[in-house]
Amino acid sequence: MITRTLHTALAAFTLTHAAVLAEDTVKVGVLHSLSGTMAISETSLRDVLLFTFDEINAHGGVLGKKIEPVVVDGASNWPLFAEKAKQLLEQDKVAATFGCWTSVSRKSVLPVFEEKKGLLFYPVQYEGEEMSPNIFYTAEAVNQQATPAVDFMLAEGKKKFYLIGSDYVYPQTTNLILLEYLRHKGVPLKNIGGGFTKDDSGKIISAGKYTPFGHTDYQQIIAEIKQFAASGNACIINTLNGDTNVPFFKEYAAAGLTAETCPVVSFSVSEDEFRGLPASQLVGQLGCWTYFESIKSPANAKFIKDFQGWLAKSDVSGIVKENRVTCSPMVLSYDGVYLWKAAVEKAGSFDVEKVMAALKGGISFNGPGGKVTSQKNHHLTKNVYIGETRANGQFKILKEYKNVVGEPFLKGTYK
Amino acid sequence: MTTTPVSSRVHGPILFLAAVFLVVVMPALNCYGLIADFTLNLWGKYLCYGIMAVAIDLLWGYTGLLCLGQALFFSLGGYMMGMHLMLMIGKLGQYKSDLPDFMVFLGHSQLPGFWQPFYSFPFTLAMVFLVPGLLALVFGFLAFRSRIKGVYFSILTQALTYGAALLFFRNDLLVGGNNGFTDFRTLLGSDLRIATTQRWLYIATALLLVAVVAGCKWLTKSRFGLIQRAIRDSENRVLFSGYATANFKLFIFVASAMIAAAAGALYVPQVGIINPSEMTPEKSLEAVVWVALGGRGSLYGPVLGAVSVNALKSWASRAYPDMWLLILGGSFVLVVMFMPKGIIGIPAQIAGLAARLRRRRAEVAPDPAPATQMTDS
Repeated sequence: MITRTLHTALAAFTLTHAAVLAEDTVKVGVLHSLSGTMAISETSLRDVLLFTFDEINAHGGVLGKKIEPVVVDGASNWPLFAEKAKQLLEQDKVAATFGCWTSVSRKSVLPVFEEKKGLLFYPVQYEGEEMSPNIFYTAEAVNQQATPAVDFMLAEGKKKFYLIGSDYVYPQTTNLILLEYLRHKGVPLKNIGGGFTKDDSGKIISAGKYTPFGHTDYQQIIAEIKQFAASGNACIINTLNGDTNVPFFKEYAAAGLTAETCPVVSFSVSEDEFRGLPASQLVGQLGCWTYFESIKSPANAKFIKDFQGWLAKSDVSGIVKENRVTCSPMVLSYDGVYLWKAAVEKAGSFDVEKVMAALKGGISFNGPGGKVTSQKNHHLTKNVYIGETRANGQFKILKEYKNVVGEPFLKGTYK
Repeated sequence: MTTTPVSSRVHGPILFLAAVFLVVVMPALNCYGLIADFTLNLWGKYLCYGIMAVAIDLLWGYTGLLCLGQALFFSLGGYMMGMHLMLMIGKLGQYKSDLPDFMVFLGHSQLPGFWQPFYSFPFTLAMVFLVPGLLALVFGFLAFRSRIKGVYFSILTQALTYGAALLFFRNDLLVGGNNGFTDFRTLLGSDLRIATTQRWLYIATALLLVAVVAGCKWLTKSRFGLIQRAIRDSENRVLFSGYATANFKLFIFVASAMIAAAAGALYVPQVGIINPSEMTPEKSLEAVVWVALGGRGSLYGPVLGAVSVNALKSWASRAYPDMWLLILGGSFVLVVMFMPKGIIGIPAQIAGLAARLRRRRAEVAPDPAPATQMTDS
């Protein structure tokens, strides 16, 4: 009799124990390109996400559950991004997904996240003009990068602005907003370089000079810039993407332009890009992000030390361990995970709607780049930094703008 | 090389069963929840690729023209459908405007003239065939008239698709630039985001695949097909026999472009995005690899190749996200080394192997039985 009760009790115990084990983890998606053209940038984000999950798991997980990452490869292939998003949401039933770099990958998965009621955290500077109910943008909005950079240049006494970028939606939109912003600041049209495209009614629909991806011949454009900058009070707003920066800066230097005569402020070149770009060619040029590795703060020092320590011990196959740096998209991925954790804990649930409501209510996290706070409009309030490139691929911080409120819809707001 | 290894007498029933399985059984299983919506949607994508693979096989396997720009025709079909789908979004977009979002984005206040007729579905459907068809007609006419052949033809088609991709990347072409078209809502009044619509799209794809394979089978078996293969094997002889080979090639090129375009038009509403990276030379090369792996000159092989390579890709990029390219590449090498006739050639290869084995055994054994009946493979 006694043994029988003991048996039942034991059985009941094992059952509940098994149930606890099964309930012990929460699946989270990691959706980045680990192969293809974007792999060089996006693999770093996968690495920092895995580090963050390990860090959180070591401190007890989220709502008592360990994070179980589901890593998939979007392979720089945009339809594949949509397929992988469907898989994560339908088959793996992830509670949240961290991913995407290019705008086109985000546009590709957006309908999937809306349809399947998922939650995506997007960490890379972008053009705004979007606020999906199922996406939270930890990314820099245009007013957290481009307009502060223009403010800085105006304060430096620059009167003329040359706009150049790769021909895709982020540079096109950013420059249209900058055009409005510059005119709002009293810069006349003739002092804005790069050219304009007008529609039939004479309205400007595109501002600045655009080159295709992989463009290498910048001779003519640099000649134009040299002429534009001859007055000595000009600067260049650069939204060129990736490798095209190399021929651009080579030609720039060859023409005798320097950071003193005509500085360039770039929005797509961070510490991580200098693993592939020669930093020596960009010394003295400016960058603008909401995080630099050179920020002096206990939170940043701890983040860098722990990340490097994690890297050294990591057994993720194919992970690069040498010459690793940290950069803004990485930190915004890191911040995103912690904001999600805080929102889940505040909501007391992994339910996407409740988590999103908690995020919209305003949650703060002291990240490596300073305090970030989630806003109602699915973006973050955070600090913006202007930095000067040094030969070692790091930035010397020149200026800090505190608590800049991220604003996705800017077109038509500067009149 | 000149004879198809599979006898249609044996394979007829199998092919019929495969067609029934794809067109009827799979959607039915999905209806009862035995196949996930996600899986059926994936198969819809694979079958679209399968149709494109058949189009390439018609051109390469049967006429000897290796086109490295087939993805261009596929994407053009997709773009035509995409334009219609973009207009069908209506005011449901980000900006609550009648214009597609990317136009509002770029500051346009009215719909460009060439977009207007795409409100009509019949017009769109016509354009799906006409635009790629006309492009193939003009390009093919110039190429074949100048007797451009072999590797030169391949290079030219590759350049064509590369040039088109660069053109479509440009924002001022007003077809969405790098982002292309996304966020589709309805097609013919049905919500694209619900499972039933996707199931019907899958059925349409499977039906088109069956029709295309059957149509191509018929064509290649006809007298026309005979000339087609004669062109592949020795074009000059055909030419000197009094046939205008350029016209035959042109017909096949245009037909193949239209088939690929139809696949592209079905692909876009199922996948939910079309952008210029779909028409890069890499994509065309990928499609040629499917055909080579499946077994060219067999029509079924390419379908098998397209489905298996893409299924392998879907599975491996989830199961081994950092190894999957090696797995895929490794399997390509294995197939090329050990299966010169592709997947479709495996049965014949096994039969050949068995025959060799039997022959050897017959040589070892003193039994004087002749080996005549094994030579029919």
